[in-house]
Amino acid sequence: MAETTKVTMAQALNTALRDALREDDRVLVFGEDVGPLGGVFRITDGLTRDFGEERCFDTPLAEAGIVGLAVGMAMGGFRPVVEMQFDAFAYPAFEQIASHVAKLRNRTRGRLTLPMVIRVPYAGGIGGVEHHCDSSEAYYAHTPGLKVVTPATAEDAYWLLRDSIADPDPVVFLEPKKLYWSREDTDLGRRGALPFGRAAVRREGRDATVVAYGPSVPVALAAAEAAAAEGIELEVVDLRTIVPFDDETVTASVRRTGRCLVVQEAQGFAGVGAEIAARVQERCFHSLAAPVLRVAGFDIPYPPPKLEHAHLPGVDRVLDAVDRLQFGDEPDTRHLLKGAVA
Amino acid sequence: MSVKSLRQTVQGLLPSLTPVRFVAEDGTPVAKPPVGYSEPSEEALREAYRRMVLGRRFDTQATALTKQGRLAVYPSSRGQEACQIGAVLALRPDDWLFPTYRDSVALVTRGIDPVEVLTLLRGDWHCGYDPAATRVAPQCTPLATQVLHATGMAEAQRRKGEDGVAMALIGDGATSEGDFHEALNFAAVLRAPVVFFVQNNKYAISVPLARQTAAPALAYKGIGYGVRSEQVDGNDLVAVLAVLTDAVAHARAGHGPVLVEAHTYRMDAHTNADDATRYRDAEEVERWGAADPLSRLETHLRARGVLTDADTAAAREEAEALAADLRTRMNADTTADPMELFDHVYADPTPQLLEQRAQLAAELAETALTQED
Repeated sequence: MAETTKVTMAQALNTALRDALREDDRVLVFGEDVGPLGGVFRITDGLTRDFGEERCFDTPLAEAGIVGLAVGMAMGGFRPVVEMQFDAFAYPAFEQIASHVAKLRNRTRGRLTLPMVIRVPYAGGIGGVEHHCDSSEAYYAHTPGLKVVTPATAEDAYWLLRDSIADPDPVVFLEPKKLYWSREDTDLGRRGALPFGRAAVRREGRDATVVAYGPSVPVALAAAEAAAAEGIELEVVDLRTIVPFDDETVTASVRRTGRCLVVQEAQGFAGVGAEIAARVQERCFHSLAAPVLRVAGFDIPYPPPKLEHAHLPGVDRVLDAVDRLQFGDEPDTRHLLKGAVA
Repeated sequence: MSVKSLRQTVQGLLPSLTPVRFVAEDGTPVAKPPVGYSEPSEEALREAYRRMVLGRRFDTQATALTKQGRLAVYPSSRGQEACQIGAVLALRPDDWLFPTYRDSVALVTRGIDPVEVLTLLRGDWHCGYDPAATRVAPQCTPLATQVLHATGMAEAQRRKGEDGVAMALIGDGATSEGDFHEALNFAAVLRAPVVFFVQNNKYAISVPLARQTAAPALAYKGIGYGVRSEQVDGNDLVAVLAVLTDAVAHARAGHGPVLVEAHTYRMDAHTNADDATRYRDAEEVERWGAADPLSRLETHLRARGVLTDADTAAAREEAEALAADLRTRMNADTTADPMELFDHVYADPTPQLLEQRAQLAAELAETALTQED
């Protein structure tokens, strides 16, 4: 058995890029500051040095240009892996992503395909000033033709990125910034059992299912640890890929536990969590002992650094929601709080 | 950099002060032929004439088919044939073309089956031809977005060590879009072998050029990015072909991108759904009618003895045959398969798409049963 080592998610991503560059000449890495600097988060550290300017290079500072260039290069036989420097800086590229990246295969009946990856350092929890902490997954997940991936562990970061680069379709790869420096013992050379597109049950539990992805997975696991101390066993499902969405694993879990919480950092309204809650309720209605609850950020623009703690769903907000899962058969009365209108 | 070499660099990028022109509106050669460009061969000009006759006939037939309800919409390029044909004839078959919705005539000239060209506008699918086999990207609707793709494709060719060139076609309005500027900048920095060909037909739907830009000409947009630029009389096929051939050779030789602006005119409304009388007067249209690129080339070539009555008659006959074939095939009813809607979203449909596919199949089966009753 290969030995495990302490690896950060940032190192795992860097290793995935290196291995992909080494194994496939068609793979190119480009974007803003990804060259000699190694990216503002150092995810591309050393790639230009080790693989040359031809394989990893800086581009002019224009996100639509980066993605549009990648479209043409993918049409021309390359496999571009581009970096959007921050979540909210990717918005200029949205037209390219929504109108071309997502649609080219469909428009051309599969005659042109776009095997490309758009890496996005995303979400909050790092004390970033405005425009650096958006949770933008819903925009991409709502766009047919894109695959949307967000890892929660270093091992997943490595393998999901390798799979995304090898995928025949375009992938928006959302990297939770706050997990870049989290360490875990792992052997990146050993692929886990789960294929791309399947969710992982990170912790088993009989009382309620907590569905989470990306930055919210550690929060869900911490909440499960705390709940266990109170005698409530939470099962934690990590989606790994938002698109494709693994209905099977989620519904199997909720049918077992009879209760479901969905945790996301993003603002709740019209978010991915809302979609998951709807899907669970459509599929598991007769197994449910309580309404499916969402635990999310508030419907506000991302707050300034000193206030992000008040916005981000933490362990307490998850545990409050657990309390509202009607274990004691009391109705959920949160909507009767002073100030609530309905 | 010395002042002298700086001046040379700047002058090498700037377009000529007035549009390059070989043939005047009345078909006579201009008094002083443009410097730096070689006139296309007589053989090339005869072929261009034939293609322009075919292109014009295709365009008028497509407009007629739209009035008959066979096309959802048709954006005509009547009056822009020198640009449409010149662009395609300047390219090799292994070069890539990135057209817009108004460039159907260019696609027909490229040799794509006219029915496949019209698949998009007929409403059967978004693109009817095989872009990989024809090296013609799907006709692009979001303005200027495909200019970046052309740059990427050109860059891909360069990196693979191939000498292919990519040409992006856009209109005057699209030069206001950010993607146009990003593409020029990326192409210049990367020295990508791409030609940006702007057909300035004076209107972006209804908005005239004066409201689009304050630049002396759109060709001046190149210098800010270090892109070599030129402007040309877009209704003079001889000039368009000469300038674009030169631009393509420049890009192919590895000297970087070129921006070419052609001054032309959209004789018809934006599409059949548009009413051009609301924003331009008949006099203006009449004036441009006198500058018609097809009659200009015909007059010119006849005067040179390059074109005979037999040639023009043969071209017209061929054009009528093309139109008749197009009418016959476009008047046949087609059926689009609803189940195909799920086939090309991803390489493999997601579980959710498979569920929805089954749902639609059931809905269609139910409808079919109801109709039988």
